[in-house]
Amino acid sequence: MVHMKNVRKVYESSNTLALDGIDLTIEDGEFVFLVGPSGSGKTTIMKLITGEIRPTSGEIIVNDFDMSKIKRRKLPKMRRTLGVIFQDYRLIENMNVYDNVAFAMRVVGAANKDIKKRVPYILELVGLEGREKRLPNELSGGEQQRVAIARALVNNPRMIVADEPTGNLDPVRSLELMLLFEKINEMGTTVMVVTHEKELVNAFSKRVITIDGGSLISDGMDGYYSYEIE
Amino acid sequence: MRLSRYGYLIREGFRSIFTHGFMSFASVTIIMACLIIMGSVSLLSVNIDALIKDLEDENEIVVFVDEEIKDTADAAALQGSIEAVPNVASVQFVSRDDAMDRFMNQYDEDFGVGIDSDVFRHRFVIQLADIALMSSTKAELEAVPGVAKVNAHLEYASFFVTVRNIVSVVSLVLIVILVFVSVFIMSNTIKLATFGRREEIAIMKMVGASNGFIRLPFVVEGLVLGILGGGLAFVAEWGLYSLVSSRLVSGLAGSFISVVSFGTVAMPVFIVYMATGILVGAFGGVNAIRNYLKV
Repeated sequence: MVHMKNVRKVYESSNTLALDGIDLTIEDGEFVFLVGPSGSGKTTIMKLITGEIRPTSGEIIVNDFDMSKIKRRKLPKMRRTLGVIFQDYRLIENMNVYDNVAFAMRVVGAANKDIKKRVPYILELVGLEGREKRLPNELSGGEQQRVAIARALVNNPRMIVADEPTGNLDPVRSLELMLLFEKINEMGTTVMVVTHEKELVNAFSKRVITIDGGSLISDGMDGYYSYEIE
Repeated sequence: MRLSRYGYLIREGFRSIFTHGFMSFASVTIIMACLIIMGSVSLLSVNIDALIKDLEDENEIVVFVDEEIKDTADAAALQGSIEAVPNVASVQFVSRDDAMDRFMNQYDEDFGVGIDSDVFRHRFVIQLADIALMSSTKAELEAVPGVAKVNAHLEYASFFVTVRNIVSVVSLVLIVILVFVSVFIMSNTIKLATFGRREEIAIMKMVGASNGFIRLPFVVEGLVLGILGGGLAFVAEWGLYSLVSSRLVSGLAGSFISVVSFGTVAMPVFIVYMATGILVGAFGGVNAIRNYLKV
């Protein structure tokens, strides 16, 4: 669950107002698209949710953690409730597919027998069975993104946050990936996809939150793109 | 943290040495080079110090016994009082007969014809613990009953003390500068080695790794590289020192200087090299990733 109340964020180094009084709630189990043009504040919202930055003012609760007051040493615990996916996959290049996924379980101190059981199951879920020994550079873009999704899912997080996950993929692979997110959401995980791909958003009937100039422009439950991006 | 998790992190540290082979090689080489330069300057300083000490030891004080004390046994009995004087390291009694023999040995046989040993005084040849205190020791020896005269080359003593002080200060300054330069170079090399892995650290942070979890493999890796660098530097220094010293001893210089054997300094060199390697490796690793952990 994400709850934002009157959130402002000013980047002090450049004195830029990135977010100006955002009020937003994402309930457990929801599937949400966060859309908006470049520089609108989408990435800032994502960074606030993952704890990379703190708000200048306002209140943010993410999976029961108060992100405006959270202590640095508590951040790892909070991040374990999230699964984060990036446009550029961010896989560890010298680890094979299996280890890239298992690594996320090792971080949380999972036992080896649990890792051996869970990783093959998740790899099968994302359609990567038989690719365990491959290195990231031996996989296609779509496959690499599936590894990133598997890594995000493996610890059974409460919420998946994906930042432009289809940015490097062709339309067919993008659609496949979105269907995978939908499947994950149907299994009970909250999903937030940050994107600016209009066709992709319109292909799904989901809640769309639109940001521009640091403000919330629209928040529609009707599942279509309610704001024209320039 | 579970024991198996420590095992995994330690294995990761070792694995990382090989997966980042070139940077590991660069780190070990830089640690080695810095330690060898630092160590060579220190060993040169140890040798210069030993050389000056040898020269100092040759700068003896001669204490002449009062002419009133004719009997050799009576004169030799003064040894206890002389040894009791502070700063006296060794005392050797030379009777007037021995003194004459030594004198005669320096000249032709004919030169000594007609000279009686009574011309010479009984004497003590003394070496000091600290040549810098020669002046006060001379005064104290002169105050010993039965001592007639004390011959001491104060001007040589002060020359040696000055040279020794200059060498000590210069080598200390040089070593301190080298330590700073070495630590700077070594930690920057490690920083460079970890710079390429900032993305890896960012990923670890994003999946919820604690700082301790991220740090441990870096500490293990730094420790292993430091030990490797320190150990190899020790072996290289040993070889280099033995080569240079054997060349010096067998060459012309060997006739007037002696070289401290590596065996006598091996243990302190080994300890300093390993300690520096371990400290620089482990702390360098932790320090290098500190900035990347603030996400």
